Amino acid sequence: MAIFRSHVLVCSGTGCTSSGATEVIDSFKKELERRKLDQEVLVVPTGCHGMCEMGPIVVVYPEGTFYCKVKKNDVHEIVEEHIFKGRPVQRLMYEGGVDMPKVPHYNDIPFYGKQRRIALANCGYINPDNIDEYIVRGGYEALGKALTSMTPAAVIEELKVSGLRGRGGGGFPTGLKWSFCAAAKGDKKYVICNADEGDPGAFMDRSILEGDPHSVIEGMLLGAYAMGADEGYIYCRAEYPLAIARLKNAIAQAEGYGLLGRNIMNTPFSFELHIKEGAGAFVCGEETALMASIEGSRGMPRPRPPFPANYGLWGKPTNINNVETWANVPQIVNRGGQWYASMGTDKSKGTKVFALTGKVKHTGLVEVPMGITLREIIFDIGGGILDDRKFKAVQIGGPSGGCLTEEHLDTPVSYESLTALGAIMGSGGLVVMDDSNCMVDVAKFFLEFTQKESCGKCVPCREGTKHMLLILEKITAGEGTMEDLEKLEELALMVRDMSLCGLGQTAPNPVLTTLRYFRDEYVAHIKEKRCPAGACSALLRYTIMQDLCRKCGICSRNCPVQCIPGDRTSGYVIDQERCIRCGTCFEKCPFGAIEKK
Amino acid sequence: MEQKKITSLDDLRRIRERSRDLSSARSGGGTTVIVGMGTCGIAAGAREVLEEVMAELARRDLRDVAVQTTGCIGMCQDEPLLDVIRSGQRVTYGHVKPEDVPLIVAEHVVNGRVVEKMAIGRAD
Repeated sequence: MAIFRSHVLVCSGTGCTSSGATEVIDSFKKELERRKLDQEVLVVPTGCHGMCEMGPIVVVYPEGTFYCKVKKNDVHEIVEEHIFKGRPVQRLMYEGGVDMPKVPHYNDIPFYGKQRRIALANCGYINPDNIDEYIVRGGYEALGKALTSMTPAAVIEELKVSGLRGRGGGGFPTGLKWSFCAAAKGDKKYVICNADEGDPGAFMDRSILEGDPHSVIEGMLLGAYAMGADEGYIYCRAEYPLAIARLKNAIAQAEGYGLLGRNIMNTPFSFELHIKEGAGAFVCGEETALMASIEGSRGMPRPRPPFPANYGLWGKPTNINNVETWANVPQIVNRGGQWYASMGTDKSKGTKVFALTGKVKHTGLVEVPMGITLREIIFDIGGGILDDRKFKAVQIGGPSGGCLTEEHLDTPVSYESLTALGAIMGSGGLVVMDDSNCMVDVAKFFLEFTQKESCGKCVPCREGTKHMLLILEKITAGEGTMEDLEKLEELALMVRDMSLCGLGQTAPNPVLTTLRYFRDEYVAHIKEKRCPAGACSALLRYTIMQDLCRKCGICSRNCPVQCIPGDRTSGYVIDQERCIRCGTCFEKCPFGAIEKK
Repeated sequence: MEQKKITSLDDLRRIRERSRDLSSARSGGGTTVIVGMGTCGIAAGAREVLEEVMAELARRDLRDVAVQTTGCIGMCQDEPLLDVIRSGQRVTYGHVKPEDVPLIVAEHVVNGRVVEKMAIGRAD
């Protein structure tokens, strides 16, 4: 096999692919061939690097030079200058601001500085479509170790020592969960990977599946061995076509090596793995609904107990873990539970992957040790608020989570600390908001989502979320009363306490936390008919400040409903009756003479 | 891809060994060889030197050597230049011809003995 002196890693996650990574890869191949470098330089498509907003990302090794926003037209220059002549292309490097003009190397970028990558260790570093690359990085070593030198009970013990807890949001200790399923009686058991990642703004699981599918497969193999299961399902939403394609390929390659199938590594252990494509219903992330969906029924939850560990898929003992949880398992078995437990806080061990989105400078995928503060995530890793506006709140845990404010920024992130504040760890969505976000509107947005996704089986969730939403719509339209606010709170508590499954039980969280931390905004909408953030268009009022107005008439000419009458001598006035509050005049005025309130 | 079943940990480790070069360029390597590929270097024959470096590494199956290129460093009269960084010491060789490469690889890269007659500079 030829030796390649240089590797060109091109991110092929969903983010970079949609910003043109496939063309970049093609151009690299053509250009290297033309330059007769194709025998010494290897082009490697990889999974997500996390810095999606700077994509497509290209990393050139051995130097480890990190290039951002690479277009196919830049490829010629990289090949000619950097790869051929050894002169890295400054122009395409990451720019770290005034005090850090150009950052050539991956690890020097502040975005990566505070991260600790375990679940994402291989993401962006290996070619997910090549099992050998996973093996080179120590892949399937944990499986071999477990099968040849560990009893199933010893694997579970290792998980218990590690302190790993469910990364899908629940936070249930993984080792304990496994011991329940292992103890359950039954001739047939299943393990399931929950890849039904449905929260708006979350892409942790997708990135792991796309960037390192074998880590999930190996984690499931270890779980199956520990619990005595011989069959497994990965329940992945059909909206993740790339993740599914890579999984299928990974499963085929693992089967080819005999790492899936009968008598794995010449031991009595056999394991068969299937992919089940889900139709994208949020409720199917709930474990009982998920199993119903695999069985071919409508995805609806059922009351627990019995828990899946005793009565799961097709009535058999079943263990369900989320993608990120499974992806952590091989390294825990390989490096020991103690190693994993050395990271994190007292009760929340290890690391957590977050999808950082919203009004933050560097959106993307980050993996941090538990116990890090939100301030470090948002300001040090995320680079602070977009356009240097003022931080207002962060929605943590997706639509099931809650909004936290400035005063919580220094709280160490752990399952307990977030629950105490009314939010949840959730699967790891972090949506950052600035002073232009109206918190009532934000609560409405998330509730709209959960209301639509409610399966309708239980009344509190089906009816309760609907009526909560109606009240929020009323308030944002300026028609709410203080009585509505009380009713909203009452309903929220009722839905939370009486719903059948996690969807309903957590759906009121955004409303409850915004009521707790931003009650004055609700009151302003109701009593003063005013949206303090200027986001609820029904409550906005545009007026021309006559002392600043130069009577140029630009606002009048651009108004789509011609509601700004006047002329260049007497000036202009907005007719509030006819104004549709589109904001065009506000944007067009060259003198900032239009006030939005 | 070879479709042989993995039946033991040894099998797995053999695949890892066999595939090491898949990521060796990414893991930094123990020793670094740098070839000056500025216009001056290329004009003096650096491209041929680089090709010979790759061929020699392949012949000797040396997989943990990182090979880099660099631009003009201002010693155009001594091109082609080839640097070897080993155990923190950087040695620069000048007027390197492709036929010199096997000697530099054998003596310096493999055995850690600087080829004094060709060395024109060093930095610790």
